Amino acid sequence: MSDLFVSTESGELLLRDTTKRSRRIRNRLALIWMVGSVLVAVVPLALVIGYVVIKGVGQLTPDWFTKDLPAVTRRAGGGMGPAIVGTLLITAVAAAMAVPLGVLGAIYLHEYGGRGRLGRLIRFMADVMTGVPSIVMGLFVYTVWTIAHGLSAFGGALALACLMLPIIIRTTEEMLRLVPDELRQASYALGNRKWRTIVTVVLPAAFGGITSGVMLAIARAAGETAPLVFTIGAARNLNLSIFNGPTTALSVQIFGNAQTPFEAAQARAWGAALTLVALVFILTILARVVAARVARRHNA
Amino acid sequence: MTEGTLRESAAEVVRAPSFIADGPTSAPDNAAVVFDVRGLDVYYGNFRAVRDVNLQIHTHEITAFIGPSGCGKSTVLRCFDRMNDLIEGARVDGKILFHGVDLYDPRIDPVEVRKRIGMVFQKPNPFPKSIYDNIAFGPRISGTKENLDDVVERALRQAALWDEVKDRLKKSAMGLSGGQQQRLCIARTIAVQPEVILMDEPCSALDPIATARIEDLMQELKSEYTILIVTHNMQQAARVSDRTAFFTTEVNPDSDSRTGLLVEYAPTHKIFSAPEDERTENYVTGRFG
Amino acid sequence: MDITPGGSSGGDVASLLGVGPGRRADQLFYSVALVAGLFVLAILGLIAASTTHEAWPAFRSQGLSFVTSSTWIPAEGKFGALAFIYGTVLSSLLALLLAVPVSLGIALYANEAAPSRIRRPIIYVLDLLAAIPSVVYGLWGVIVLAPFLGPNVYSPINDAVGGWPVIGWFLNGSSGRSFMTAGIILAIMITPIVTSLSREVIATVPRAQREAAYAMGATRWEMIRLAVLPWGRGGIVGAIMLGLGRAMGETIAVALVIGSQAGQVTTHLFEAGDSMAAVIVNQFGEASGNHRAALVGLGVVLFVVTIIVNVSARSIVARFDRRAQGV
Repeated sequence: MSDLFVSTESGELLLRDTTKRSRRIRNRLALIWMVGSVLVAVVPLALVIGYVVIKGVGQLTPDWFTKDLPAVTRRAGGGMGPAIVGTLLITAVAAAMAVPLGVLGAIYLHEYGGRGRLGRLIRFMADVMTGVPSIVMGLFVYTVWTIAHGLSAFGGALALACLMLPIIIRTTEEMLRLVPDELRQASYALGNRKWRTIVTVVLPAAFGGITSGVMLAIARAAGETAPLVFTIGAARNLNLSIFNGPTTALSVQIFGNAQTPFEAAQARAWGAALTLVALVFILTILARVVAARVARRHNA
Repeated sequence: MTEGTLRESAAEVVRAPSFIADGPTSAPDNAAVVFDVRGLDVYYGNFRAVRDVNLQIHTHEITAFIGPSGCGKSTVLRCFDRMNDLIEGARVDGKILFHGVDLYDPRIDPVEVRKRIGMVFQKPNPFPKSIYDNIAFGPRISGTKENLDDVVERALRQAALWDEVKDRLKKSAMGLSGGQQQRLCIARTIAVQPEVILMDEPCSALDPIATARIEDLMQELKSEYTILIVTHNMQQAARVSDRTAFFTTEVNPDSDSRTGLLVEYAPTHKIFSAPEDERTENYVTGRFG
Repeated sequence: MDITPGGSSGGDVASLLGVGPGRRADQLFYSVALVAGLFVLAILGLIAASTTHEAWPAFRSQGLSFVTSSTWIPAEGKFGALAFIYGTVLSSLLALLLAVPVSLGIALYANEAAPSRIRRPIIYVLDLLAAIPSVVYGLWGVIVLAPFLGPNVYSPINDAVGGWPVIGWFLNGSSGRSFMTAGIILAIMITPIVTSLSREVIATVPRAQREAAYAMGATRWEMIRLAVLPWGRGGIVGAIMLGLGRAMGETIAVALVIGSQAGQVTTHLFEAGDSMAAVIVNQFGEASGNHRAALVGLGVVLFVVTIIVNVSARSIVARFDRRAQGV
């Protein structure tokens, strides 16, 4: 009995800890490893965001948002207006193409043919497509579009849409799967057709989740560089046309300016980085908010 | 069968004098026939789930399907509004004549069938929309010319739910209690004014008080609709129905599977007091099932 | 449609026959959805076909030496991509070496050891890490990290152990923009994805397994080693491979920090090199003719390699999923 217990100074009896010291040490080391990993992950995040904010915030004057890019790269001045507009425009066009296609494709997979051979093939290929490097998408669009039609915002949008499509298909399919089948049955039992059931019952029920997934895909696309580099060119002035003429985007500006040795150019890169990161973060956070609201409603 | 002869057999409807059955013990044999089921077999793939069902459902009556679990009562019920079509591999042999028209004729559109034969499910399944939009859902699709507000109110009154929800029609239906949700589903079904209401164990997910309210509701609805109810609760069948059909299962000779079949079908008071088949007697006296 | 006692249907029963616009709308909707689904196959096929076609002249003129030779001199029409393939593989492997222990550690901590108050912030931090565009990582890498690492980390290490056998083969060189820096940046970028996938895998370990370990008096680490890791092994490997695929395809951040010294196949980690994606993005603007075809050819090689890695990863994860569900 006595080696099971120890008595403390105050006379209480406690269970003796019989675990071997080496095991306890290993357990502690493991914990150190785990906590250390978290810290190791936090450090780069803090550094990157810190530098972006500190070095970029000085650039954000009203001129920044409205003026065109300077003619001489190594000098300060000018603004990022065309790049901001370019990013928004190209991403919007890409979304306009990828979202309907992706949602409809997911509808096909979940509501119609998902279990057949064609459905499984499509699903598999969509998964494969998420792994295609973004630069390959850029090369692809360059080959089939830009050579024939020249540099334009649309080419960039095409490449981004190809990136977004498989992501939207997969997240939408997940959301459709979450809609309980009983709702579809109730709709059919009322004499509703399949297409109408999908449009009036299933999609509204899945709407929040689909929106969240779409916004995440848009956030990802807004930050992409490689697909745009060969397809949109490099314009200094505002170009609102989708099909005609080169344009520019924040991501491409960052890439270009980062490679120069000029301080003014690099400063512009930081400013553009801050703008881009802010845009992406807003979209990501909005997406999470929408997802949380949907989750709350489902559990209510 | 051409469309012409189809129409002719439709005109063979037996018209009985206007007739309100008083209480669950009456079931006059000359009440008009809504469904005439002849030799119904239901298959899932190659497996015969239910065999050889023959019965006639009479209008403005409550008909109950009772029997042990797995005997195919719900399967048979779902044949009446062709909801079995939604299950892959489900197949039907035999006929279900709805006012003389075979529901499974290849030319018949199941969607049209479901507009006239509604269904209430075991677990209440309101849409995640407002109470108003749930009820208005069906009429909006059929493009009714009536004022939607009136349609919604009428359906909710008929379902004995109006007083409880009239002040919160625009609130989400998901906020209602289980019993209220089921009454909402009933209101939603009757808003499209079907002729028949199928109910698949409508009270099994509800507490006794909510159950009692729905049983009362069924009695009120009987005057305007024909109701078929599947229930595993014998006492419920005895309480509410005019006619009862008792199903059971039989082991198939060459395999281990069981196939459901209709054993006896008669006015309720007879099934429960003087059943003809021994299996029926065993079930209703609680000796098995 | 009034209900009259005794049944009403008579004439309108015939309207049960269905040919109307409703049925046609159903067909139309189905067709539209089907076409949308087929788009995926079409695009993927187009990618493969168009890039291969565009790259064909280069493949034809170089033959197998496209992937076996490391001589890349566009002016002389020599396109040997070995050094770039090597660079892609090396930087990605380095990234894995750095990211996997960290990702696993975070995943295990979040699932097993973290107090619940900390769990959600950790997930938020990972989400933020994942949301930062790769070009921003590249910018930070080339302006902040590389200039710092070169003189302050690589040089001292090189001076200290560069001459030693074995270690000196790797820890050699002093360029801030190098394989190692690319590996570090890639590691930061793939950590979120490897972590979140590993977390999902670890979360599927049934409680019964953990409790069995604890019931034997295991410490937490021993429980992890006995119950969690063996069970989740397949899924974690899959997660790692998906991270590998992502690292190999990453273009912009690598292009900025890898140094772009064409033609180096060396084990010296602190020296500059090149990767397939980086070469494409850096040389495409001014390339023409055969040079351009060769660059597209690099894209084809990259495409094929990442697909192989991704498909293998998914099949491993799928096999793990099936096993986890007891199939």
